[in-house]
Amino acid sequence: MGVGIEVTNLNAWYGSNHTLQDINLHIPANHATALIGPSGCGKSTFVRCLNRMHETNPIARVTGQVKVGDMDIYEDAKPVEIRRRIGMVFQRPNPFPTMSIYDNVASGLKLNGYSNKRVLDEIVEKSLRNSALWDEVKDDLKKKSGASLSGGQQQRLCIARALAVDPEVLLMDEPASALDPVSTSKIEDLIFELKSQYTIVIVTHNMQQAARVAEKTGFFLNGRMVEFDSTHKIFTNPSDKRTEDYITGRFG
Amino acid sequence: MPLSGNPIRSKIRAVTDNTVTGLAVLATVLVIAPLVAIFVYLIYKGAASLNLDFFTKIPKPVGEVGGGMANAIVGSAVLLALASLIGIPIGIGGGIYLAEFGRGTKLANAIRFTADVLNGVPSIVMGVAAYALIVSTHISLIPFTGHFSAFAGGVALGIMMIPTVCRTTEEMLLMVPHAVREAALGLGVPNWRSVLAITLRTASPGVITGCMLAFARVAGETAPLIFTALGNSFWSVDLNRPIAALPLQIYVYALSPYDDWHRLAWAGALVLIVLIVAAVSLVRYVTSRGVLKGAS
Repeated sequence: MGVGIEVTNLNAWYGSNHTLQDINLHIPANHATALIGPSGCGKSTFVRCLNRMHETNPIARVTGQVKVGDMDIYEDAKPVEIRRRIGMVFQRPNPFPTMSIYDNVASGLKLNGYSNKRVLDEIVEKSLRNSALWDEVKDDLKKKSGASLSGGQQQRLCIARALAVDPEVLLMDEPASALDPVSTSKIEDLIFELKSQYTIVIVTHNMQQAARVAEKTGFFLNGRMVEFDSTHKIFTNPSDKRTEDYITGRFG
Repeated sequence: MPLSGNPIRSKIRAVTDNTVTGLAVLATVLVIAPLVAIFVYLIYKGAASLNLDFFTKIPKPVGEVGGGMANAIVGSAVLLALASLIGIPIGIGGGIYLAEFGRGTKLANAIRFTADVLNGVPSIVMGVAAYALIVSTHISLIPFTGHFSAFAGGVALGIMMIPTVCRTTEEMLLMVPHAVREAALGLGVPNWRSVLAITLRTASPGVITGCMLAFARVAGETAPLIFTALGNSFWSVDLNRPIAALPLQIYVYALSPYDDWHRLAWAGALVLIVLIVAAVSLVRYVTSRGVLKGAS
């Protein structure tokens, strides 16, 4: 089951560039939350702070508090543990090129020392079914490389890989921006299915996508969160002028 | 008028295209020609002296015709195995440090500089250094030191392999896309594990090429062995004693005044090249068998 995320006074820097300023936000459990905003507004940085990927860049810095469920991720745990509980799907599909489809899905478990073959088989099948890829790849699981799939299939493979470690939260950083419309709609259907079991945070440039998949939407601009509300309200009756300008296409 | 519709321009374009293609083909031929020439000449000079004795017998004493280089073939194999055992793990380990853990640090820059300098050190100097460190000094507690030995030869060759292996490993690791590293980190895989199981594995075809280059290079080295392995006219696979090696044997036979030995030297050179090509091809074949359909 998913858990909620409570963000308090989050600030982030890349070198001297203050990319996130005083973000306060509650992301509800078992819902999809969309983050929109123009390029460079800090939304990607924000999701990367939620699983401590931001700090893998040597010049990056973070202050503030992020609680995932009961766990303060900057106080209570190591980054490695957190990333096992908070899965991430990146903008460009990034399957491990030398691994088979099966090994890609099982990689999170195998690389953390898990080796019971029967259980792995089950988890791989379940994860691929959950990511709606099973029927397309079940015959070549161990024969084909993850890199041999099409872009849309690769991205669903990456989702399966993230689901296999059974995370509580799934972060998606523009998961469909490199995909064609058919693959995009498959990913969106998938998000719709998955949010009953996981808390999903999705960064997107595509406002229709946010409207289709998310219950809550946050609008970011210049490193600040301008508005956070129900998706319906953001798209029909935003309270901030800047949000309105953005969603009506006046800038950004 | 649009550019594409101009007949003179398109003519010029076609001529330029053909010229560049022609130059590239010419360059390729010039690259391959010396290799083919050497190979053909070796076969012409050496093939006649190849017989079963060459691969099964040890050298005959001066004045007797016949004999073979069996001990030198086995000796080279022993030396190269020891050199690979030393050079490949250290080289790969160093390359991993340079690319993954020490990026931008002073130590890494120092190691990179040293490796590049080491790569340019003439092999005879490497032989003299190994002689001074291992052959002429006996280091207590370390066996095999204090005299000429197969061990000293293997160490000299191994040290020569390190810089090539190290730098190619580094280059190949740096070519692995950042997205692949991020994917591993995003799964909560500890960094060291992600480096070994993901990054190094993704880079492995290039790393193996680097190892093979280093291997092939030292396989033909003579100079470092003169002061270390010394050579041996008899059967020996003992690491503690001087050992025969193909390049050494070729060197000695080629400088001798006997026609029969000259012929054997040619045959030895042919065998050396064939064995190097065979070893590299075998490694390529074995490592490519595990590659999956569509893997990049």
